[in-house]
Amino acid sequence: MDFGLTDIQRMVRDTARKFAAEEVAPIAAAMDKSAKFEMSLVKKMGELGFMGVAYPEEYGGAGMDYKCYAIIVEELSSVCASTGVVVSAHSSLCCDPIYKFGTEEQKKKYLPPLLSGEMLGCLGLTEPGAGSDAANQKTTARLDGDEWVINGSKIFITNGGPAGVAVVIAVTEKEKGSRGLSAFIVPTDSPGFRVGKEEHKLGIRASSTAELLFEDCRIPKENLLGKDGDGFKIALTTLDGGRIGIAAQALGIAQGALNAAVAYSKERVQFGKPLAAFQAIQWKLAECATDIDAARLLTYRAAWMKDAGMRFGTQSAMAKLFAAETCMKATREAIQVFGGYGYVDEYPVERFYRDAKITEIYEGTSEVQKIVISRSLTSD
Amino acid sequence: MKILVPVRRVPNPDIKVRLKSDGSGVDTEGVNFLVNPFDEYAIEEAVQIVEKSGGEVVLVSIGTADCEETLRAGLALGALRGWLVETSEVLDSAAIADVLAAVYKEESPDLVITGKQSVDTDNNQAAQMLAAKLDLPQACFAFKVELGDGKATVEREIDGGLDVKEITLPAVITADLRLNQPRYAALPQIMKAKRKEVKKVSLGDLGVEAKSATKILGLSQPPARAAGQIVGSVEELVDKLVNDAKVL
Ligand SMILES: Cc1cc2nc3c(=O)[nH]c(=O)nc-3n(C[C@H](O)[C@H](O)[C@H](O)COP(=O)(O)OP(=O)(O)OC[C@H]3O[C@@H](n4cnc5c(N)ncnc54)[C@H](O)[C@@H]3O)c2cc1C
Repeated sequence: MDFGLTDIQRMVRDTARKFAAEEVAPIAAAMDKSAKFEMSLVKKMGELGFMGVAYPEEYGGAGMDYKCYAIIVEELSSVCASTGVVVSAHSSLCCDPIYKFGTEEQKKKYLPPLLSGEMLGCLGLTEPGAGSDAANQKTTARLDGDEWVINGSKIFITNGGPAGVAVVIAVTEKEKGSRGLSAFIVPTDSPGFRVGKEEHKLGIRASSTAELLFEDCRIPKENLLGKDGDGFKIALTTLDGGRIGIAAQALGIAQGALNAAVAYSKERVQFGKPLAAFQAIQWKLAECATDIDAARLLTYRAAWMKDAGMRFGTQSAMAKLFAAETCMKATREAIQVFGGYGYVDEYPVERFYRDAKITEIYEGTSEVQKIVISRSLTSD
Repeated sequence: MKILVPVRRVPNPDIKVRLKSDGSGVDTEGVNFLVNPFDEYAIEEAVQIVEKSGGEVVLVSIGTADCEETLRAGLALGALRGWLVETSEVLDSAAIADVLAAVYKEESPDLVITGKQSVDTDNNQAAQMLAAKLDLPQACFAFKVELGDGKATVEREIDGGLDVKEITLPAVITADLRLNQPRYAALPQIMKAKRKEVKKVSLGDLGVEAKSATKILGLSQPPARAAGQIVGSVEELVDKLVNDAKVL
């Protein structure tokens, strides 16, 4: 078993870490405050290949593996979780299903502008009545001549505001239940498509979380993704991969919090000693470092399994579950190490703490991850 | 135009280096190594020149097999190919200049651009020695390079001001921080770098002895700094400098 990184993965980490430190970290706090993402970052990341890491060069991707993608999301998230999820939702939730389930024409048409970062992508699955119970969809799509006509709404959609392309799940045959759902590629300039309200959030405030509204939204017939009735399967497969991205995001936030706590513990002097000299503080740092390492191993393993073409759904659920819990703990303890200075916005740890919580919720709550994991144990 | 750029593998300059317990060297366990930051400016300048007026950028790295990774990181910034001169010996600046001179003779480049110094030992010598050994003009600490017909105009940062030199090519130029803004290694470039040619040679292959005239006997941490003092006035400061520190 090889726990190390290949030389390519190391170069990817170094370039992502440098980019994160120089281009993202300096504006992360301001983006959080204004709840506005700096779109020039998408352009820069596109030029570097960050928006299309794990897709073949023939579609404009970087031709790297999923582990490289996880490393990039991790490094970006260690300074700015919003930037991490912009990349992750775009890649895992939109580019992945188009690449995996799209026809050659669909891939040739939609992947190049997405992978170059010219366009952002999103996935519209969640609805007011369909959260954890994702199959309980109300949005419908019906064929009218050469067009699909979509009606309904999606909520809480990451990248929903700026996205140029949405992968949308909708009901095509109601009586068939989850087997009556289909997936569609919806360009956001389609007639009848509109972005609704943007959410105001606790964390990942710079990333757009928006409502998508479909009022007789018309898209060409050929924009059906996969087969009619494959929508739920496509959504679940997509989330299996997406959870690696969110695990990497959680891991990155946790590492960012630990880095800050370690640095501060060596500088801050109380009772004539740096905080790092107190055993109570040492133990916090040691526990967090251990959990983060375990989360990293779980995350990288899931990515490695995906790259190897193995089934990895259980492992990506484990990675996301554990990384999210680690993220909560590491950010909470980081504030504790900082004391009052951690609670105010002079340091980034209060932002990390706010950003952490979403990792236990989206792409399946922690409870849903446990359902996925236990099902693999008990189903025969 | 062919430009030769040496790249050195250095410990990440942002981390605090630890010494081995016997003081024989730096403890490299868990240390992440990078391209010497000044060398990135040298590569960037060379790549920009070639992008503008054609030619090729050739890198050379000297050291253990690990240097191949550093070399590839440099190739990912736009250089075409590289030399890896493999040796496990620790070479001083003069010996490095000997090796670079040998590679120079193999390549006959129009220009050598190096980082102004390497951030591990901070010697700031190898490039000057290389120029002397090859009897080439040199312009160090460049913050602006303009190429003309068979010559280069180099604006340099020197103590107390600026200086402009015109040198004939081939020549040796060293890069300072304000020379340009090095690019990030884009992922497709990292993939390409993996496939670029790296010629691996030994010192013997190049016919150089590269004997270091200096030897590191031991390393030790600088003594811990004593706490500073805050003085109330200029008079008090002067008094302390004269009477306590005895430096005035
Ligand atoms: C910032 C943000 C970004 C998002 N981005 C996207 C996106 O890009 N695309 C998209 O489609 N969706 C997105 N979502 C939606 C997200 O995936 C859902 O919010 C999430 O799946 C939970 O659904 P819900 O909010 O309806 O909660 P509910 O399903 O109502 O769950 C409420 C609570 O009940 C628990 N629960 C529910 N069912 C069970 C059960 N069977 N057993 C045990 N416990 C259960 C849950 O774990 C949770 O604790 C986003 C949400 C947010 C907040």
